[in-house]
Amino acid sequence: MRLNTLFLKKLFVLSLIFAFIAGVNASAFANSEHNETVLKDSAHVTEAHAEGEGHAAGHGEEPFEPTKVIMEHISDSHDWHLWGHTSIGLPVILYTEAGLVTFNSSEFHHDQEGTHVVEKDGQKFVRFENKIYYAAETANEKGQYLTLADEHPTNAKPLDFSITKNVASMFLSAIILCLVFFSVAAAYKKREGKAPRGLQSFIEPIIVFVRDEVARPNIGHKYVRYMPFLLTVFFFILINNLIGLIPIFPGGANLTGNIAVTFVLGTITFLVTNFSGNKYYWKHVLAPDVPWWLYPIMLVVEVIGLLSKPFALIIRLFANITAGHIIVLSLISLIFIFKTLYIAPVSVAFVLFMDVLELLVAFLQAFIFTMLTALFIGTAVEEHHH
Amino acid sequence: MIGSIAAIGAGLAVIGAGLGIGRIGGSAMEGIARQPEAASKIQTAMIIAAALVEGVALFGVVVALLGTR
Repeated sequence: MRLNTLFLKKLFVLSLIFAFIAGVNASAFANSEHNETVLKDSAHVTEAHAEGEGHAAGHGEEPFEPTKVIMEHISDSHDWHLWGHTSIGLPVILYTEAGLVTFNSSEFHHDQEGTHVVEKDGQKFVRFENKIYYAAETANEKGQYLTLADEHPTNAKPLDFSITKNVASMFLSAIILCLVFFSVAAAYKKREGKAPRGLQSFIEPIIVFVRDEVARPNIGHKYVRYMPFLLTVFFFILINNLIGLIPIFPGGANLTGNIAVTFVLGTITFLVTNFSGNKYYWKHVLAPDVPWWLYPIMLVVEVIGLLSKPFALIIRLFANITAGHIIVLSLISLIFIFKTLYIAPVSVAFVLFMDVLELLVAFLQAFIFTMLTALFIGTAVEEHHH
Repeated sequence: MIGSIAAIGAGLAVIGAGLGIGRIGGSAMEGIARQPEAASKIQTAMIIAAALVEGVALFGVVVALLGTR
């Protein structure tokens, strides 16, 4: 119990520090956003002047589209946006009809409209809304090297294995996790039997919590086998949730709010659960205690039950994290919707509040995912006493 | 138009989740008030049940989100 309160105190202090940093960052983020829009606006105005009377009156200012901006920020991208027009190019790796093609994503020059063609190894590529297509021979009336049908390109796509922003962010979190846990493991070997120290004393309560509150009550005496998996899942989700909350450079990738990432996590849970299922578990699924004529229905229901459990995990993590990011970005967008800086204090205050709430959600979702995984494994390895 | 309908759908999903989580939280409070020594167990069970309700509500929200595309 003493351990628990100590941990809570530490958590509280840490969250306060984090909230402060997050608040400062949010305001910095707001400023850079503002500059960018101003830049865009002025660029557009000069363009409009150059085109002369072709456009109707009242088109002088580009309308701010919050939905588009928010979707841009929560989706994956080929380059890592820093501020304004500065971004880090990441490697693009394409598997085309003529083998592997690699180049730096900065060669697209921030183009997302399919107007800038990159030519590599005799093949031409364009990027349209974060997807890379084979370029068409000629440009259409808007200068896009694409054939659009209903605003969606119909061009063929190469297979994209690029190191995108999300992948780079995942590498970063993997490096952090390896550094932290190898050093903690080394400390346990070196100081065996002694009280934990430094980083050890921060990590130990969390590991003990996962063992005593999550693994043991749900799985039973076979819990030791599943501890590595549960801890890995817990810390992977936790660190990526936290990195996703940082709005500036090394953070900001919406990794756990990406359906593909959560899908893989859910699939691993599904496989682990079903491969560790004992005969009672499979009997319950394949030959439940019901009259034989109910089997056709029960079998379908049980199989759907198997699939829906990891599916719920996938959607829960994805939707929680994405919703959090959307709310924060919407609050920042208020400044640009009302076109005044006076709304900024309100906006930043709400963002600060939401960031603190998201900090709670980051821990809670990591906990819930691990907890339900342990619960599913527990039902799979449970011995029956009939 | 489709966006507005999707927003109404998301709102309906949120009403359901609100009712569900509200009931879970209320019952957990009562349980803790009657038996304060079982607070930690009740809290864990409460969080799991709330997460399950929330998961279903989030299905609705995600579908609404996809509807706006």
